[in-house]
Amino acid sequence: MKTDISATARKAWMSLLAQADEAELASLWRGFDHDPAFDWLRPPEAGGVMVRGRMGGAGAPFNLGEMTVTRCALTLANGTVGHAYVQGRSKPKAEIAAKVDALMQTDVATDLRQAVLQPLQNRLAAQRQARAAKAAATKVEFFTMVRGED
Amino acid sequence: MYVAVKGGERAIDNAHAWLAEERRGDTNVAELSLAQIREQMSLAVNRVMAEGSLYDPDLAALAIKQSRGDLIEAIFLIRAYRTTLPRFGYSAAVDTGAMTCDRRISATFKDAPGGQVLGPTFDYTHRLLDFKLAADGEVPQAPIAEPRMEATPHITEFLQGEDIIEREPASDATPGDLTREPMSFPAGRAVRLQSLARGDEGFILGMAYSTQRGYARNHAFVGELRIGKVPVEMEIPELGFAIEIGEVELTECETVNQFKGSKTVPPQFTRGYGLVFGQSERKSIAMALVDRALRWEELGEDNLGAAAQDEEFVLSHCDNIQATGFLEHIKLPHYVDFQSELELVRKLRREAQELAEQMATQEAAE
Repeated sequence: MKTDISATARKAWMSLLAQADEAELASLWRGFDHDPAFDWLRPPEAGGVMVRGRMGGAGAPFNLGEMTVTRCALTLANGTVGHAYVQGRSKPKAEIAAKVDALMQTDVATDLRQAVLQPLQNRLAAQRQARAAKAAATKVEFFTMVRGED
Repeated sequence: MYVAVKGGERAIDNAHAWLAEERRGDTNVAELSLAQIREQMSLAVNRVMAEGSLYDPDLAALAIKQSRGDLIEAIFLIRAYRTTLPRFGYSAAVDTGAMTCDRRISATFKDAPGGQVLGPTFDYTHRLLDFKLAADGEVPQAPIAEPRMEATPHITEFLQGEDIIEREPASDATPGDLTREPMSFPAGRAVRLQSLARGDEGFILGMAYSTQRGYARNHAFVGELRIGKVPVEMEIPELGFAIEIGEVELTECETVNQFKGSKTVPPQFTRGYGLVFGQSERKSIAMALVDRALRWEELGEDNLGAAAQDEEFVLSHCDNIQATGFLEHIKLPHYVDFQSELELVRKLRREAQELAEQMATQEAAE
């Protein structure tokens, strides 16, 4: 059964899956305990994506260097198609990400969000927060030396 | 002339077996894991990713282990590996203005919005060996403060209000890619930046230093240096929209340089730009200085004949894999080449000697 999916919502969960820690994703996925039957549309394949930057951070683009990415696509028994483009070279990670992408388009979406996406999101936010807090502690507080007039 | 030489297989196999043993070192000492290299040798990992031109910390850690810590050899391994990867596409240009900064400093503006954030830096350390590290020890937790979660604006944006610094013309022109087309000159700034970003840190540092010492002098301030992570977005054709395919750590340096102006441009500051994978501060500053020096022609400056102004010289020699490949090949067998040289020199010597003898006989006869 398919529900209407906005591109924004799908972009958000695919982006989250792309940078998820492999071990954590695998563990949450096992916890969800619902491994659907599927057929490969495109079995997992590792490749490179050329990352671009901009001159001066804002000008014309240039090619900076590549990063590793693994992609795959699969179809569930009900015909739902799941895609994955995930950072790194892990085929198991790409497979789980594609299954999550497919199932997020079905009526188990709410449970799946609860079991897998939300914890991933929380962990990522906590990690960012922790680094930002350490960075904030290294912010320089300038003070002006007052020179005596006597 | 090349002549097939047979033999040496057994010696080569045995040499490689010994190499494996030497790589492992004393077996009474615990073996290094890739995770240990990735986590505790992270700046070496960063350098291998930057110059190997492939962002993958696990692969870089493997390359460092395999190369026994010879980073150019590790970069070579990464470059060789990346040629085997199918290219899925090109990312959208990363937005460094949206970076979550671990570090962000400016040498030009004390009170830059967002502040001077030192991050995990070697600066202001005394460069004294810390013998506590020789023993195992617990590291105390780093202090924390109220985190700032909003984006940190680029410092050059503040100068642009007055037009006192040149603007980077906005463009979405497709940049040249030196991994796809061979380099030709003039290369253009996009290809120069790609080449410098993967160029040898030592070479780029030397070139940058030469500009500071007066060869193509263009006094540079570090307008801003920032280190942190940015998401990488790519359009996925089968979906019809873009998603984030991951996150990379980058070091970005923007220099602000003196500029007297030209016939068409009033005096203003100009810019140099450095962007490098990972935490690679020295490299990104050096890259920005060399980028600025190479821009002499478009800014209407004089060619002072300095090496750092010579695009062909810099780009043709900054790649340490090309350089080491050509340099080190001369140690491989050149027996036939040398044999022919030997024959030639012997012949020339014979002729010279015959001539000398003839002269001597002539003189004696006279």
